[in-house]
Order: sequence, then C-alpha cells, then structure tokens
Amino acid sequence: MHKLLTDEPGKKMLLLGNEAIARGAIEAGVAITAAYPGTPSSEISLNFFQMSQESDLYFEYSVNEKVSLEVTAAAANTGVRAMCVMKHVGMNVAADALVTLAYVGVRGGLVILVADDPFMFSSQNEQDSRYYAKLAGLPMLEPSSVAEAKEMTRQAFDLSEQLQEPVILRTTTRVNHSTDVVELGPISKAETRGTFSRNPMRYVTIPAVSRQLHVRLLDNLDKAMAVAEQSPFNFSEGSGPGGIICNGVSYNYVADAVQDLNLDGQVKILRLGFTHPLPEQLIKDFLGGCDKVLIVEEGEPVLEEGIKALAQEAKMTMTISGKDQALFSRLYEFDPALVREKIAFYFMGADTTATSSPARPGQAGLPPRPPTLCAGCSHRAAFHAVKKAAEGLDVIYPTDIGCYTLGMLPPLGMADFLICMGSSTGTAAGFSRTLDKKVIAFCGDSTFFHSAMAGLVNAVFNRHNFTLVILDNGTTAMTGHQPNPGVDMEKLGLSGYGRIDIAEVVKALGVPHMAVIEPYKLKKSIATLKEAFAFEGVSVVIARELCALYAKSLKIPAMKPFYVSDRCRNHKDCIDQLGCPAFFIKDGRVAIDPDRCTGCAVCAQVCPENAILPIKIKASPGDKI
Amino acid sequence: MKVTRVMIVAVGGQGNLLAAKVLGEAALLAGIEVRMSEIHGMAQRGGVVESAIVFGGARSSLIADGEADILAGFEPLETLRAVAKCNKNTVVITSTAPLPPFAAAVGKVAYPDFSSVQKQILNVAGSLTAFDAAELAREAGNVMAVNMVILGAMAATRRLPVSEEHIRETIRLKTRQNFVETNLKAFELGLSQKS
Repeated sequence: MHKLLTDEPGKKMLLLGNEAIARGAIEAGVAITAAYPGTPSSEISLNFFQMSQESDLYFEYSVNEKVSLEVTAAAANTGVRAMCVMKHVGMNVAADALVTLAYVGVRGGLVILVADDPFMFSSQNEQDSRYYAKLAGLPMLEPSSVAEAKEMTRQAFDLSEQLQEPVILRTTTRVNHSTDVVELGPISKAETRGTFSRNPMRYVTIPAVSRQLHVRLLDNLDKAMAVAEQSPFNFSEGSGPGGIICNGVSYNYVADAVQDLNLDGQVKILRLGFTHPLPEQLIKDFLGGCDKVLIVEEGEPVLEEGIKALAQEAKMTMTISGKDQALFSRLYEFDPALVREKIAFYFMGADTTATSSPARPGQAGLPPRPPTLCAGCSHRAAFHAVKKAAEGLDVIYPTDIGCYTLGMLPPLGMADFLICMGSSTGTAAGFSRTLDKKVIAFCGDSTFFHSAMAGLVNAVFNRHNFTLVILDNGTTAMTGHQPNPGVDMEKLGLSGYGRIDIAEVVKALGVPHMAVIEPYKLKKSIATLKEAFAFEGVSVVIARELCALYAKSLKIPAMKPFYVSDRCRNHKDCIDQLGCPAFFIKDGRVAIDPDRCTGCAVCAQVCPENAILPIKIKASPGDKI
Repeated sequence: MKVTRVMIVAVGGQGNLLAAKVLGEAALLAGIEVRMSEIHGMAQRGGVVESAIVFGGARSSLIADGEADILAGFEPLETLRAVAKCNKNTVVITSTAPLPPFAAAVGKVAYPDFSSVQKQILNVAGSLTAFDAAELAREAGNVMAVNMVILGAMAATRRLPVSEEHIRETIRLKTRQNFVETNLKAFELGLSQKS
C-alpha cells in the first residue's frame, strides 16, 4: 500500500513537504486531482498519480496548468473535492481560468496549490504568486512548516466549501522540499460522484452574469476576511514594544532569531498563515501595541504594502519597515542567519557589517559542477546533428523548457532565447520577421503539447519562416519522467489512456515540410535537417529517441558500451564537440567510462579516426578497454 | 535540547538523500525533534545535492553559513564547496575519492589536489576526518554504500544526538532489504574511522 494511504490516525511519519500536502488532501477526502508537473511541486502530483492506481482517487497529468485547473474547477462545481497543483509560473498559464473561476466559485472544496521558488533553484523566475490571490480575490493560505502544510491542505478544503471559493495554498521550495515528523489524521472517504443543476445565469459568464458574480465575489472576500480574523493560522506570540509580522518559512527564522537574540519581552511576533484577504482588525490590534514593526517576508513587499496601508487608515505613525537597502531584499531566499542579523540590527542597533563576511570561503576558483545532459542523451545527438546541418548558416536558436535547455552550455551552445513554456514557436516567429538569420527553434514533446503547439498553428496561419525541431524523447524528463499525451502508457503497464502522435498532429496542422529523424543516426539526420533548413516557410523535424534515463527505468536492454581503441590520435573531437559525461582523460588519453556509456554510438560517428568501438562481450586479449 | 546542525553534500546519485533520511528516521525512532531540507534540483543530471538535518528544537530546517556542527561530504570538491557552512567548532568528514566534474575529467579545468582541499577546509573548520569512503564501501560489498560509510563516520564523531544503535535499527528497517547487510557493514567500517 502507498504509505500516504496508511489509515492509522496518530501515527507519526517522516514526510517530505510535498508528501504531507498530498496526505492532507487524502485526509480531506479529495476525489479529483490534476497537475502539470513542475519543480518544486512535482512530488505532490507523483504521489497522487501513485495513489490513484490503488484507490478511488482520480488523478491526471493534464496537458498544461490551465487545463488542470479547468478539470478540477468543473469537478468542484459538481460538489466533489478537487485539487490542482502547479509551480508558480504554471499559475501564469492557469490565470485566465483562475480569475473568472473566482467569480463563479465552487461547491465542493477546490484547493489550488502554487509552489513558489525563491532563488530560482529550478525555475526561470522568482515571481511572488501571492499577487494572484489579490488579483483574483481569492483566499490564500501559507504554511511555515511541513506539518502545518498537511494541516492547512486539509482545512483548505473546508474553507473552500465554507466560502464557496477556490482556496490558493501557496508554498515555497523550502516547505515543499523540507522533511518533518507529521502526525497522521483520519482519512475521510472521498465522494467521487457529483451533481450539477443547470443554471446558466449562475454558471455562464456572459457580461450580464459576471456583473452579478463580481458582487458575489466581493461579498465572499468580506466573509473570507471575517474568517481570517479568527483563523488559528494567524497567531501572535511573545510580548514587547517591538513587532515582527511574517509569513511562510520566514516565521521559522524569526522565531529562532528572537530566541537566539534573547529578545523575549522586547519583540512580539504576528505570524500570518491566512494571508489573503489580510485580517485587518487583527493586524491593527497588533500594530497598536508596537512602537516599531519589521515585516519579514521573502519576495515582494506584499504584506508590507497591505500593513502600511492599514496603519495609515488607523492613523498610526510607528515605523514599519521591510524591503529596504539596509534590511530585506526582494531577491532570492532568506536564511536563519540573515534574518537574525537584520532583527538584531533593527531592534538592537547591532552592527551587521562584522557578521556578514564579504566573501564566502571555499568558493573562489573551484571547478563548477553544472547539471549536464546525461551520457547517451538523445538531445546531445540531435543538437550535434543540427549544428552540423546548419554549418555555414547564420542561425538563431530560440529554445524552450526541458532538459534540452541544458544544451545552452558548452560545448553544444544551442540556445539563444528562452522566456517560458512553449515560447520556442512564438519567439521563432518574431525573430524570423526581423532578422536575416535562419531561425531554428527547439521544443520537447511535453512542451509541444503544453503550449508550443499553439505557436506552431500560428506560424502555419501567418506563414512564418522557421524550422522547429521537436526533441521527442517519449517522456517529460526534466521533472522526473511524467507522462504526456505522446507517451506510450502501455510501456508503463498502464491501460485506459489514448496516445497522440506528434507527427500526425504536425501534418494535420498543415505544416508544409515535416520529417522524422532518429538522432543517433547522425549522417541521415544531418541530411534530413539540411533539407528542412533549406525550406522557405515553416518546417518541422521530429527527433525521436527515448530519454536514456527513462529507457533504463523501463528496463529496455542496454546497448553495448563503447571504448576508445589504439586508433585514437587524440583529436578529442568527441570531447570538444559532444561533451558526453561518459568521457574522461586518463594519462593524457581519451577514455570512456563503460558504466556510464549507454552505447548510443554518436561519438563513434564523430571520431575522425573511427577509433571508438563497441566493447565486445568477450574482449579479445589485444583489446584495450 | 541543544540544536545540532548537520550538512551533507554529495554529487547526484551518491545517495545523499538516503543518508539524510536514515538520520531523520533514527531521530523519529529516538523521539528527538528533527527537521530537514534538501536541494536536489537536477540531481540526476550530475548536479550537487545538499541535505540539511537540524536536530533539536530549532524551527528552521536550513543551515546558514557558519552554522553547521557537522559537515559531511561524499566527494572532496563538494565538501570544500560547502565549507562556508563551517565554523571553528565544525567537525568535517569527507571522502577523499574524487568524482571530477566533466570539465575537470576531460582536463579543461584543474581539479584541486587533496592537500589544498584539506588546507582550505581546516582554515575554516575545527577538524577534518578524511578517508576513501568509496574504498570502504567496496570493502563492505557495494560501492553505492558510500552514504552508509559516511553515516558511520558521522556517528563516530559522537556529535550526533541519535545513537549508533538507533542508526543501525533504522538501516535495518528503512533501507532496502537485500542491501541491509552490506549497509550495516559499511556503517561499521565508517564508524571505525578515527575522528
């Protein structure tokens, strides 16, 4: 049985934040779940996916975040409990659905989890998703710890039903990827069948309906504020003339700092966990007992702006500080020492210059260890083929989001522009209109279905001029091999799924030139790519080869690894052009680690001396391995 | 209870997260408060994996620069890269077996020699125990058991609030059944490292 389905209330388990969130939803009796994978939220959907195979829970990997929200929004409007999960930038994709869904509301509880990534450990920006609660007018909860994340998830469903609105549960990487001891609660049985009474004047958002629904939303916001005023997720502790208001993981750093600095009796803390709408009276009451206030929040000054406005309303004149040159930055994430230092500075006048060392020891001159495309990665083969086929052309390479984004690093250097999921095709169109360059764009299979497909439709219609290379490795590799509509689910032993062939889609979209390559076959691939690059208009080349890691996990028999034979003249083209991590230099000679080599044979085709050969099962005595 | 902060650094695939999990589960078994956090972005793509384990009553699961009580590295370069987490009382444990990043493996950049790594670590930290954990893991019967060897060496420092017996019991209960024997052997080999 899946560990998160353990029905032993009171049992203590060590859980990752994302597991705790999934467990909270199970305890609440969630019936319908959907997600597009995205770090740092990915393990929530993975656990839903696994649990759906051994319980009543429905989970789907939706094609993108907007669709996942629509699926769960409709389910919640039939009265069942639903949850959708996304990373912060996924909320941008889902935002169109989100804002009007707030007007319509829900009947069954709907929890929308959005995972922010301060410092951008694995994201293209560090936007603060709390603004979405303001934008849409929806209640928002923010846990500080893993145990609280489970509890908030569970209660968010009740809150959603009480207010008849979706609830946004906002986390940051340090909650999602922290581990804590969590006490299990009872599991509620999920209601999996819903009902829907036809009422277009309530559910069909034409202007006349929406004018009424906006009134409803504002009423609900007032109700939400009344709940926030009483919510146990907003609490204060300690006493003193100084005040700190904080949210999320910052609260942990604040609580530790107040203790470490012996500020008991001098500083009190207001921890806000129900952060939108702000509990106005609670905050005013807290401010009333303070002579100066520090707001500790990662990201944007969301609390700070709200609290300063409240103080103005209440004609309070104490100093309220937060984002400031001498205090907190909007950049990156906080840590316990930083928060302690700023609290000491703000409340004790401590000089902070001594403690913040100018240079971190042990960093200068160390060889970096960037993530790289795996040994035998089919993307490396495709990039090399594209580079060879484009020799002599002046090229710009708009790319997209996936493992292949790592192709920007040397020696491949195959990425010139990237803004978001699916942007390969749209940006390729723009570049082709203003540059006298050949435009060659890259996207992956999952990214194609997520949103790059729309840009391709646009390109066919508007007669743009570029080549799109779809790097189809048969899985959503970067986030941990989740399925996408192009994946053969039978291979995973799962039935009940359809499968969409990307080549058929491309043909059906009317792309005038399309070809499929097997990127490990370099010569043929290069010839096919050259034809596509020479084509005036939209051309698509699908590079089809399974992700090497995924193939391994599917237990597809491995090919024989290769070795560098005596014929090697040390040109090092293999290293300089491909940079496959299976290579290393030993005693000045190129060598291949047979444990890492997947036998893709791409380097063997690049070697000018044909010196790279497959290891024979029984090596003959003369062979150097 | 006194707060003990343990930082574990490794290259993706070395089993850092399992080592952290064993410490966490051992704390749960022993009834000691524990919080952990990890950064494992792109671990499968050869990046760095960091785990922080905070025992005792602290609420934060992060370890700031200068605040680790123990720093354990599965790879010498990564141990050095994390040395900013140390102070003059920090006990550092590192495997000496290098896993050079690609650019170093193919000779494009220099991989620091161990004497320089050692010197730079001791400039910041209190003590250093260094040994070839990969060799000990092989001796135990599985080169993948570097994590268990390092766990043993951490236990040998006597700075962990969880007992050796709690760790052994956790290895028995929470690591894969067919590896338990090798894992325990690797743990004992690590434990015999002098610190």
